[in-house]
This record gives sequence, structure tokens and C-alpha cells, in this order.
Amino acid sequence: MRDVAIIGAGLTKFGERWNKGMRDLMEEAGLAALEDANISSRDVEMLFGGTMAPGSFNEQEHTAPMIADQLGFHNIPAVRIENACASGGSALRQGYITVASGIHDIVVVGGVEKMTDITSSEATTALGGAGDQEWELAQGITFPGLYALMARRHMYEYGTTEEQLASVAVKNHENASKNEFAQFKNRITIEDVMRSKRIADPIKLLDCSPISDGAAVIVLAPLEKARKYNDAPIKIVASAQASDTLRLADREKVTELKATQLAAQNAYRQAKVSASDIDILEVHDCFTIAEVLAMEDLGFYQKGKAAKAIADGETALNGKVSVNTSGGLKGCGHPVGATGVKQAVEITWQLRGDAKTRQVDGAEIGMTHNVGGSGATAVVHIFERGD
Amino acid sequence: MAGIAGYGVYVPIYRIKVEEIAKVWNEDADSIKNSLNIKEKSVPDKDEDTATIAVEAARRAVRHAGIDAHEIGAVYVGSESHPYAVKPTATIVKEALCTGTRVMAADLEFACKAGTAGMQMVMGLVDSGMIKYGMTIGSDTAQGRPGDALEYTASAGGAAFLLGKDKKDNIAEILKTVSFTSDTPDFWRKEGVSFPSHGGRFTGEPGYFNHTISATKLLLEETGMKPADFDYAVFHQPNGRFPMTAAKQLGFAEEQIKNGLITPLIGNTYSGASLIGLAATLDVAKPGQKILVTSFGSGAGSDSFAMEVSEGIEAKRKNIVPVMDVISKNKRYIDYSIYLKHKRFIKKE
Amino acid sequence: MDVAPASLWRKINARYNLVGNVCENCNTGYFPPRVVCKNCGRKSKLVEKKFCGNGEIFSFTKITAPPEAFKDDAPYMIGLIKLDEGPMVEGHIIDNGTEVKIGGRVKLAFRRMQTEAREDLIHYQYKFEPV
Repeated sequence: MRDVAIIGAGLTKFGERWNKGMRDLMEEAGLAALEDANISSRDVEMLFGGTMAPGSFNEQEHTAPMIADQLGFHNIPAVRIENACASGGSALRQGYITVASGIHDIVVVGGVEKMTDITSSEATTALGGAGDQEWELAQGITFPGLYALMARRHMYEYGTTEEQLASVAVKNHENASKNEFAQFKNRITIEDVMRSKRIADPIKLLDCSPISDGAAVIVLAPLEKARKYNDAPIKIVASAQASDTLRLADREKVTELKATQLAAQNAYRQAKVSASDIDILEVHDCFTIAEVLAMEDLGFYQKGKAAKAIADGETALNGKVSVNTSGGLKGCGHPVGATGVKQAVEITWQLRGDAKTRQVDGAEIGMTHNVGGSGATAVVHIFERGD
Repeated sequence: MAGIAGYGVYVPIYRIKVEEIAKVWNEDADSIKNSLNIKEKSVPDKDEDTATIAVEAARRAVRHAGIDAHEIGAVYVGSESHPYAVKPTATIVKEALCTGTRVMAADLEFACKAGTAGMQMVMGLVDSGMIKYGMTIGSDTAQGRPGDALEYTASAGGAAFLLGKDKKDNIAEILKTVSFTSDTPDFWRKEGVSFPSHGGRFTGEPGYFNHTISATKLLLEETGMKPADFDYAVFHQPNGRFPMTAAKQLGFAEEQIKNGLITPLIGNTYSGASLIGLAATLDVAKPGQKILVTSFGSGAGSDSFAMEVSEGIEAKRKNIVPVMDVISKNKRYIDYSIYLKHKRFIKKE
Repeated sequence: MDVAPASLWRKINARYNLVGNVCENCNTGYFPPRVVCKNCGRKSKLVEKKFCGNGEIFSFTKITAPPEAFKDDAPYMIGLIKLDEGPMVEGHIIDNGTEVKIGGRVKLAFRRMQTEAREDLIHYQYKFEPV
């Protein structure tokens, strides 16, 4: 097994990209990543494309060869990876395994989602497929509805408040305002969140990540060859993934994601680090409650304690641990399949020292956390500078 | 003869007052309340219909009877608002009761007397030994034409009756039944049309009264019984006045019909009406007491029954959900706009 | 066509009557029914069980932004119900005027699932009613 490094990263601006379709978004991020990696299309040996629901959003399946062809990767093996909102992170892990195993050297991992070509209630239906269609979506239980059930129980068991949850959105908008690629540049207040429209009580509009278009691309290479391409390779020191029951009602506990806990424990073991060593963290804040659960399940805070800590500013930029400096899903946007890869792009830039006004001082060890559905999949990666 | 092993009633919790409806059409609420002898009517929730009401009533009947649903050999559902024109309500109900597949089933339509027509059919099947238990259900979410007189009374509700032949177990025996039927077009609704049409005052004499009175007289003749022999009488109740008038004409006292007169509180539940009246009567009746039931269905006909309450009624009384509880628990008043939404007359386009 | 007949019909027993299954070995109840027991795997057999539907509200939410098929029905209340007989079930909580709160008791009801298009099949299912 070889060490794997990131030698290139590219991102599109996230948001409502009316004049760009899926191909165009992939082109934008893909060319930027190839440029950053100093490679040509001909050097790429395999492509993993993470997209959750191109069939529902764009009536397009078979997206991997479409992307490979678009970016000039002729005739290479190309696979679409789908794990709902964890499609990107899962694609990254597959790419990592492929390079680590020695089967291929240069592997491109892309994530993309084009969500704005359909109405928002059609999108709600499409996203509902991340849960259990038969017993959740077929009963009109939406994706926000599932997280709302978790939030309400968390509030009941631990006293977490709606205001504390709102502070997650406030922090992430603050970070996003410094990110040129983010969907939202506006700062918001707790008041704003509290007054926003109810979606699935207690979740309100500003507790939710938006519907977005966007793409993110990472280029992987074996660490031993990385310097040939990029003098600041970022080493993937851990890649872990776990699954759990699809249906929320089948979980052992509704106030935590076991998949996150297992993936995180595995990742810390691989990297030989613990939560206290992590400087910077991109977590899956599809809803504000999800970030709270993540901080607990990843081992940064004890059960029930994360919400207050976040509200107190402990996870702000250059706080005890900087969380979601990209703006997270809430501030930066959440084109579903792209998110897991975007998280790796953000960590890459941060560890290289390229994050401009949102740079975390002395960032050395970074972590990403990508979740599918209401917790049926969780993918955790840990990164360090490769030099 | 077959007897009643158990029964169950379900009425939706929503109510709209006569005043609310009268306000919309600029009519005199007090005079309507008085002439129809009705206060308010039941309205189904948005997710309720004839089938869901039938299921709730049927489940209560099975619980009351205390039998294993697999012993039910037939299920008939009578309604004028079946959810489908083709695809029976009866199969939905039987599935929700877990009867198993060896069961006879069909839907019936005979305006407000479809439920009692079902009772006669089940009586035959049980009495002949063809089945052990049979269920008849009268259930409706009646279509009240906006602005029409019947809008004040067309309501929603249902009752289920389980019939069997075990005299020791039955709560009441059916002594006799007879029907009076003729082609009288007092009230009708054609396929695909939303609201029924009716003949106005023609629905009275030639419709309700002719059939109700004739059927009852036939029953009394053929049984040799007199009105005074009965402790209770339940007549079909399209409003709160007609049954009182029919009773008077036949020689029954107000005292005899008062327990079975439910329309003033919930409106006319159409196929459910006579059966709900019977259930309310059985809720209070004692062993040995006799009950007369005469239903009426437009189109037209009346089914008349003479019943005698059995000893077995006391043992199972704890398993009933009394009609008075059903119609007063969680009662919720709505205004006309919410009424329109519940009846699906208005929705987001 | 919004609702395909076969997919609704296959699950009728579960949808109408809360029929799940229970492991003969460890007695764990499951709703909806599972293929293998979570604890005993293929070593044990699962037998059909009809749950009575009495339970407690474990969590709840009122959905005001529905998916397309439910746009005529919003808002509606969803509950995570812990059945007395063991399984945790997701379902609608009927509004009968009782305040919905964690720990509240519910019983089984039978209702239409959503307002469907005119020519579609009607989707009937269990819902929970506060007692």
C-alpha cells in the first residue's frame, strides 16, 4: 500500500449557475484542477465521479464517461459513485484506494450536481431519495423532516436550543463571506435564522443548506511521485467510511450518527492522531443540527455539549478548532455530489496556506466529514502536508 | 334467525354549525335549525373518506364482538360515496381487518339504506349456515351541494354490524326483516356528477314517508306486533324532523325514538344514519327489550327490522365505544373555508 | 401516474395493519419487517407479527415544505413513535386537538396518505392518533 497525495484541486463557484449545465460545471472545476496539478488530460488513468441524482435533476445517468469525455480523458475507466450526499466523499475514498493499491497512478475524483433545472418541490422529492423511499419519502417525510426529528430529540435530551443551532448558520455565513467560491456572501444574525420560514419544525429555512449548482475536482497521485507535479502535495493520512441503517427509525440512537463515530474512530487510528490534533475541519452541515451532531460524533465534544460550544465561538475561524472555513454546506452551498470533494479542496488550500482571508493560522492537520442521507453513510478523511 | 354479535361506530371529529353555513348564503340559521331540528354536522378530515371511516367502524365492531377476524365470511360496504366507482371499498376494509382471503365481498349502493340492505344479505348468509360471521357497513362522506338545502345535513360517518348465529354470544337477535321497494326517483346522482339532485318536496311524501311508513306497517302486520310492543324505534333520519313525524304517524312516542335520533348532533351520515341510530340505541338497551329499525334509501325503499336484545349484551358492553363518546370526544368546530378545504372543493393548483 | 399499483400493493399488510416480524430467537420486534434479524442473522427465523399500534411519541416535527406529491396536504405532523411492543416507527400524527409532545401516547388509525391526482390509486396507510 502506497501513500496517496492530492496534487491538484479545482472548484467552481457554488450557487444558482443558470448558464452552466452539468458538463460546463465539470469543465470549469476540472480544467482548474488539471492546471493546478500540472498534468495533461492524457496523464489521467481513472475517473471517479460523485453525483447523487443526475437522473432526477437532469434526466441524465451514466455521468462518469460523460465527464471523462468532456475533460479529454479518452477511454479511461470511469465510474459514478453514489451515496446520496456522501457521493463526493465516497468517490474520494474510492480514488484513494485505487492509488494506494498501486493499480493506477493519476486518478481524478470529481463531484458535481446541477440542481436548479427543476422546481424546488421536485428537488425536495429527489433529495428525499437519500432516505428510505418506501417508509419515509412515501409518507411525505422529507429530508429536513428527518433531521428535524433528530434535532427535536437532541433538544429534549440535552437542552440544545434553536438559538444555539442558529449560531452554526451564523458562523458558516461569516466564513463564507470570505470565500470567493461560496454561494452566500451575506452575513446573517441569530435573529435572521429564528425569523426565517419554518420548513420542518424546529428546522427553519436558514438552518438548511441551500439547493446549489457546483463542481469540485481533486487530482490524486502516489506521494512518492507527487513532487513531480506539485511542490505542495497534501497527503491523505486516513480514509475511512461506515454505513448504518437507511431508515432513521432503525437507528440505535436518533441523536447521534454511528456511521460518523465508526468512520472517525477508524480514521484517527489510521492517522495515529486524535480529535485534539485536528486544526481544521470541514463537516457535513446539511442542517445546523448536523454540525452539532458531527462535532459530538467526531469526538470534539461530549454528547450534548457541542451546541453551546459552537454558540460560544469555540469553532470559529482560528478558534479551538476551525470548522467549516469554506462556509460549510450552509454558507458555501451544497451541490450534493460536489460537497465531499469540495471539502477536500478547502482542506488542500488551507494546508497549502492558500486560503487568503479565511486562512487558519498554522494549519497542519485537516479533516473532512461527509454524510449521506440521515446518516446511512459517513466518510471521514484526514490530511497533512506531504512534505 | 341471525343476530348481532357486535357493532362499531366512527364519526370524524370536525363539526360545522348551521350558523356557519347560513352565514355564507345569507339564510336564517335559527329557522333552519328549527325546521330541520339540527345543530351541526360532521365533516371528514382531509385524509378521511368512506373507506377509512368504514375501517375504523369495522375494527371497533370486531373488537366489540371479540372474534377472530378470520371467522368473518362476508363483508359488504354500503355507501353513496365509495372512493372508487370501480374497485370495491369492501376489499380495502377486509384487508384492514385481516380476514384472510376466504371471504365474500361486494359494495352496495341504495342511497341511505345500503347498510341495512347489506344487513339483510348477511342475515341470509349467516342464517343458512353458509358463513359463521358476516359484516355489513354503512359509511358515507356525503356530497352536499353548496347553497342547497341538503348542505346543512349532508355529513360523514359510518357504522359496522357483525352478525352471527351464536345465540349465547349475540347481543341481540333479529326477529324479522321485511322491505318495501319501488322505483321512486326522489333523489339521484349520475356517474361522474359531483352532487346529487333531488325532487325538493317530492322527497317527502312519495319518498321518505311512503316507504318508511309502509315498510314499518308491513313488519308490524307480519309479526303481529304493535308500536307499544317496542321499547325503542330507530327511523332513518335525513334531518331531525322526518323521523319524529314518521313515528307520530305510525303511533310511536317521542320517548321511543329519542335514543336513536343522532342526526341533530352530527347531521345525516347517509348510509350510516339508521345504523348509527341503532348502535346508539343498543348502547343503552337492556336484555329483553325490543327495537324496531326502519331505514330509508332514495330511489327508493325501506328495510324494516324487529330486534330483541339478548342477555349477552351485558358481558360485552365494556368493549364498546359508545356512540355518545364517539361524537363528543375531541369535537372540533371549523368555519366554511376550512370546510371547503376538508371536502377538497378547494386546493392548491 | 404518481403511485404505481404493485409497489403499494406489495406492502398492504404492513401499511394497513402494522404487520412486521419478530425474531424467534431473541424476540426483537421489527417494523417494517426485516429479512434477517439484526442480532441473530441467518441463524434465526423471523415470524410475522401484527403490532397493535399503541406507543409513545419519541420525537416529532411539523412539515411545512412538502415534497411534490404532498403539496396539497401540508402542513402535517410526522412522528417517530416507539411502539409498546418494541419497534420504532415513522408515521403521521393526526391532529385531533391534543398537544403533540415527546412522551405523548398514540394509537393506531387508518387514513388516506395524501391527496392524489384524480386518476391515481388512493394510498391508504396507518397513521397515529394521540390519545
